[in-house]
Amino acid sequence: MFDIYDFYEKMEDGKIMLSFKGEITSELLTSILHIMESKLDSIGEEPQLRKKVYNVLVESLQNLYHHNDGHTHDPKVSQQSALFLIGRSDNATYKIITGNYILNSNVEAFCKRIDTINSLSKTELKDFYINTLNTKEFSGKGGGGLGLIDIARKSGQKFEYTYTSIDETYSFFSLIMKVKK
Amino acid sequence: MMEALNIDQTPKTPFIQLQATSGMLEMRGRSIPENAVDFYTPVFRWIDAYCQAAPSATAVHIRFEYFNTSSSKCLLDILKKLKALHLSGKSEVTVYWHYEEDDEDMLEAGEDFQTIIRIPFEMKKYID
Repeated sequence: MFDIYDFYEKMEDGKIMLSFKGEITSELLTSILHIMESKLDSIGEEPQLRKKVYNVLVESLQNLYHHNDGHTHDPKVSQQSALFLIGRSDNATYKIITGNYILNSNVEAFCKRIDTINSLSKTELKDFYINTLNTKEFSGKGGGGLGLIDIARKSGQKFEYTYTSIDETYSFFSLIMKVKK
Repeated sequence: MMEALNIDQTPKTPFIQLQATSGMLEMRGRSIPENAVDFYTPVFRWIDAYCQAAPSATAVHIRFEYFNTSSSKCLLDILKKLKALHLSGKSEVTVYWHYEEDDEDMLEAGEDFQTIIRIPFEMKKYID
């Protein structure tokens, strides 16, 4: 039997402010952002950090919304299901974790993209952002690859990631973002 | 006479007021829709028409609290249209980029657009 108190304790220890598992819809994003805004307000987080956290939340959630490879009829992979967690440690470091299905064939390119972004300095990130914004053709959805660069710029922190192979088609990818003063 | 375009603010989209007679184009609030192209399409159309009949001066006031990367591409497209208008000599365009005191990220975002667009840009600090 699932131990609900154990689950509660783990969330308490992990300083989890909010967690969600399921389908990522536009309405859900609106709700999560609304809840997080109230929470940031009620703990009296300082305005600069609050804005950074909010920005990273928007981009990471919209990344999940636009780029989830779990859109499939495969019964093993529930439709567009993804995981989202945000925690705040005592020294005001926010940790935002997303988890989603990704095609095995996309894993290498995605890791490479994160590694590239992680290797860039503040000025290089600015140039990369401006260059991507100004030259890339965008589809109707999303910001055409700007999201991760924007998160890296606003957070000033490096991404961490892990992935687990689920079967011959899918892996589950977890991306960890930190935001602090 | 061209009609003004007014769009009310929602939790994810900004207040927009575009006035052809005064040449005052204003956007403020939050711009964080998942699909910004859908939202900004009427704005693109209005600006295309405006560029044909603009007064001698255009003041663009942008005062965002938050905007996402999907919106930043749309914003760039809008500014590119206005740059073409400015360079045509039909209307002198000035962009006023408003940012809250201490919001360095918002100031920097304005500077990014300024770097790309290179038309008169003024950074305006406000205190909330």
